[in-house]
Amino acid sequence: MSPLVRARNVHKAFGHLDVLKGIDLDVMPGEVVVMLGPSGSGKSTFLRCINHLETMDRGSIEIGGEQIGYELRGNRLVTLAARAAAKQRGRIGMVFQQFNLYPHMNVLQNIIEAPVGVHGESKAEATAYANELLRRVGLADKASAYPRQLSGGQQQRVAIARALAIKPQLILFDEPTSALDPELVGEVLGTMRDLAGQGLTMIVVTHEIGFAREAADRVVFMDGGQIVEQGRPEDVIGNPSHERTRAFLARFIQ
Amino acid sequence: MGGTPHPFDDARDLALRDVARARAPVPYGRRAFWAVTLLVVGKIGWDTAHNGNFEWPVVAEWFTAASILHGLSVTISLTIVSMVLGVILGLVLAVARLSDNRLMSILAGLYIWFFRGTPLLVQLIFWYNLSTLVPELTIGIPFGPEFRHWDTNDVITPLTAAVAGLALNEAAYMAEIIRGGLLSVDPGQAETARAFGMTPIRALWRIVIPQAMRAIIPPTGNQLISMIKATSLVSVIAMGDLLYSVQAVYNRTFQVVPMLLVAVIWYLLITSILNVGQSAIERYYARGDRGNPSAKPVLADAGEAR
Repeated sequence: MSPLVRARNVHKAFGHLDVLKGIDLDVMPGEVVVMLGPSGSGKSTFLRCINHLETMDRGSIEIGGEQIGYELRGNRLVTLAARAAAKQRGRIGMVFQQFNLYPHMNVLQNIIEAPVGVHGESKAEATAYANELLRRVGLADKASAYPRQLSGGQQQRVAIARALAIKPQLILFDEPTSALDPELVGEVLGTMRDLAGQGLTMIVVTHEIGFAREAADRVVFMDGGQIVEQGRPEDVIGNPSHERTRAFLARFIQ
Repeated sequence: MGGTPHPFDDARDLALRDVARARAPVPYGRRAFWAVTLLVVGKIGWDTAHNGNFEWPVVAEWFTAASILHGLSVTISLTIVSMVLGVILGLVLAVARLSDNRLMSILAGLYIWFFRGTPLLVQLIFWYNLSTLVPELTIGIPFGPEFRHWDTNDVITPLTAAVAGLALNEAAYMAEIIRGGLLSVDPGQAETARAFGMTPIRALWRIVIPQAMRAIIPPTGNQLISMIKATSLVSVIAMGDLLYSVQAVYNRTFQVVPMLLVAVIWYLLITSILNVGQSAIERYYARGDRGNPSAKPVLADAGEAR
């Protein structure tokens, strides 16, 4: 089996600040990869490079054998036009720290917007699937609610349903629980844990060590724009081999 | 503790202090204000109705006269056409102004600078007299072959000059209003739309603009109302709008005040109708907001959410 995501030598700088200093990462289909690391270590930036929300300075990223954001024409590497770039993102779901639901649309409209508008599904078909997804995230009765009427945890679960609605080959989670009140974190992590058990390919940037330990196939620890170590959660979290990983984990595990 | 007992310890005192019994003091100041206002307004109304110089019978006679209604329809259609064109062009200018394409942004900026910076009256007269500047209008490749050309005098009638003048001027103002609206939307929204595979145009149309409407509608209502009144400027280029029609009458009959009253009442009527329409549109775009009635379940929900 070949990797679904293949990142090679990804570099990114904001002005004089080097945020990513050569990231190599392969993600296999169905794999759940959790990226840990201190704030400012470049995890979120790397995640945003994967679906080309952020441009990078060097290196290349490939999803399903297709280079993201660029196209090789003969020997020339050309930036993709907006339409083609949009098409590439079509089957990559994303869940944001601030939920980013569309506030002018109700829950159902939020979920079917991309399936109907981008993928050309019929409204009936998309609605039926949206209702099924809402059941799966435990919000079957909220289809006609507006985002502001929901708690943060409910909003984030809707955002997860929205990401699932496009039948994604990959879902990116960008600190999905960081903006939540502590008592609401559990319901969102629970939903994500269910997904992880269903063979979805997920890349999760988070500070939730517990989630990494329970749900991850692989934990990647980043610091200073580099991958410091990676491996099975019981190794990286249970028995880290690098001093920086140990120092980071020590702050979470008393 | 010790010392004097606290008043709250006394059951009778505590009952007296129960805020459920509280009443607001009688608002004497407000009542006096009402009385004075009613008195003054009544006096003004009485005098206006009984002052023969207003010539109310003349107002009544001309209010629905055919020439006036025709002028009114010209005013309304000019307003609608110019406003629609102005909004469309304004949207294009706003998007161009915000675009990361430097040339587009600069061109839109120059357009806005010029059309906001010169008086509308001058622009109208300029369009009307375009033929003295360029006698012929041509479509073709600059410095190259010509495909078609027209005599400017055939193209520029009072109507086209009025529409061009009003719409192009309006577009500059609308561009700034729409730009402000677009900037008021959380950039995370456009980014989310992008992440879900929407093209920039689709993201703008489906996600950003509907949210920007909250900020765009109120100043646009303002613009529409000033547009109705701005159409009266077209009377200088012999366009038969409402003001022009009443002028045509009082130039003959010298009943200046009653004829102007006819126009004033019509202008007020239209703007009142527009105000009602604006509130309806504002309510529509406020949906999904905490403030609207359909958002009530928020509180009912909170308990059940956990």
